[in-house]
Amino acid sequence: MVAIADSVPKAHSRFHFILDRRDVLGSLMVAPAILYVLLLVGVPFLMAVYYSMSAYTIYNPSWSFVGLSNFVDVVENPAFRQTLYNTFIFTFGSQILGLVLGKFGALLLLRPFPGRKFVRAIIILPWAVPIALATVAWQWMFDSLYSVINWTLIALGFITRANAPNWLGNPDLAMLSIIVVNAWRFFPFAIVIFLAGITAVPQDVIDAATVDGAGFWRKNYQIIVPMILPIVAIGLVFGIVFTFTDLSIVFLMTNGGPVGATSVLGFAGFQTGITSGDVSHGAAISLFMLPVLLVVVIFMLRFIRRREI
Amino acid sequence: MAAVVTQDIVKKFGEVPAVNGISLTVPDGEFMVLLGPSGCGKTTYLRIICGLEQQTSGDLLIGGNVVNDLPPRARGVAMMFQSYGLYPHFTVRNNIAFPLKTQHVPHDKIEKQVQWASQLLGINHLLDRRPRQLSGGERQRVALARALVREPTALLLDEPLSNLDAKLRTMARQEIKNFQQRVGLTTIYVTHDQVEAMGMGDRIAVIDHGNVRQVGTPTEIYNDPADLFVATFVGSPPMNIVSHNGGGYLGFRPENFLPKSMVEDGAATEFKFRVDRSEYLGAERIVYGVMEGFESKQLITAKLPPAHVDESAIRPGEWHPFAVKNSALRYFDKDGNRTSRH
Repeated sequence: MVAIADSVPKAHSRFHFILDRRDVLGSLMVAPAILYVLLLVGVPFLMAVYYSMSAYTIYNPSWSFVGLSNFVDVVENPAFRQTLYNTFIFTFGSQILGLVLGKFGALLLLRPFPGRKFVRAIIILPWAVPIALATVAWQWMFDSLYSVINWTLIALGFITRANAPNWLGNPDLAMLSIIVVNAWRFFPFAIVIFLAGITAVPQDVIDAATVDGAGFWRKNYQIIVPMILPIVAIGLVFGIVFTFTDLSIVFLMTNGGPVGATSVLGFAGFQTGITSGDVSHGAAISLFMLPVLLVVVIFMLRFIRRREI
Repeated sequence: MAAVVTQDIVKKFGEVPAVNGISLTVPDGEFMVLLGPSGCGKTTYLRIICGLEQQTSGDLLIGGNVVNDLPPRARGVAMMFQSYGLYPHFTVRNNIAFPLKTQHVPHDKIEKQVQWASQLLGINHLLDRRPRQLSGGERQRVALARALVREPTALLLDEPLSNLDAKLRTMARQEIKNFQQRVGLTTIYVTHDQVEAMGMGDRIAVIDHGNVRQVGTPTEIYNDPADLFVATFVGSPPMNIVSHNGGGYLGFRPENFLPKSMVEDGAATEFKFRVDRSEYLGAERIVYGVMEGFESKQLITAKLPPAHVDESAIRPGEWHPFAVKNSALRYFDKDGNRTSRH
């Protein structure tokens, strides 16, 4: 006879198979993420809410409750209203520019050409380069004396040395400059989003449109764009959230200048709350991001659900 | 409606020929089936006809006009794709209307044509739904309606039934065939399924490695295969092929290979057959085995009507006398081409 291994289950302690239980294992796996969100997002957020309704400054750390008076102070300040306005211009300007560049870039990169892989790889660079490095480079390009952009324009004969634009010194040009830099950072991400979307459109659908007689524009704007809208919306939510809360480009390039022309919410909150030490007003400024972001996210999520295919 | 004629169409992807010189004439109103294994070039050939691919060489004529350089929309042919290619974000109505909108047909004409096409296929009640709310069969009809709505000169179908389950497929087969006969539309239908090909085609073109192996009616294809490829590709189980006369081949259909007692009188050839295994399939019995004195790559199969089988005549492990009527024997030369005699 052949000996067969004993297949009768042995008695084990009650906890021996505890990790086989979905509820236990699931909770264990999810716990780090939940702890992370609670401790590093939830707690600071609640603290910010409380600071914004207190009289806390770093010179006088007082937890006394002052209601909404900080918010009233902030809103009555014209500089803040300028900042709020700037934030919208900066966010939507750079998103629109980024999306347009992304769409065109994606269309170009879809077609096979020699060296496509190489181009695809280096086009991601703006997104991968540390923002501090990239901004320093852009700062030199926009410099009032050494601007390589101006040098090129002068060399090509478009402008003269005398009327060369002062990119970061003129309020409108300064806003344009930070929009361009942010769009430059964002567009590789937009390309990836568009490429993923377009690649996911079934070839049969595109072929059907071709046989049905659709030309380039109709195929793109009646078939492909509507079909990839959900994924583009996700990309846009990310873009808006990151740009709306961003302070690094402004902080590094213009410091909010000239005369507050490029000040945005994140930067103003940092200036007031940390640099100037007026924590309560800084918190109030930062919290103005919340309703906007909430509306954007809710709108986009509903939109995505409705467009789900 | 129009005849579709191709003359020596070649399509190469790089150095690899996908279509290797196909000349085929599909007369006005004919239902032509292109049958072949996957990768044989039949879909590429279809895409050349509708203009999604440009042939490397050769001429394509639709309705007597050379249309080699016309873009798809100018050729007036409609195509239905394997996964239908419906526009998921459009309603059924807009899906069907799309080919007319691209041609800037006036609004009231579009509405009339959409009504006509949807009535024809019985999908009026679905017009305001979206594709994802439809069943597989309904989607297929929407795709067909979209193909027909601008009254094409020819209809191209690329494996249109492969996404349906078996039961629905039988029904849809009948529907497409009936519909085609009613409208009298020149139709080219691509499939790898011989049952579809045999059941639907007025004529079948069997394609392999980018070449047409044989064009003929289903009867001709089945009874008089032009070469070994056609003989073994069509029929289930396929034709038995054994080496014969040093270099040549002999073929016969499994249903013609019967116990000697079951072969009626008349000229017949007798073989000794050792049964290895037999399968009872309800309507038929398939018997597998080897033949004495003949070499074959596969087991020889015999397909018997089970009601008339004497069990002792097919007992496994034993040699039995089997026979094939001489009129059912097919001869092929050493290159696999059909020859009339030994």
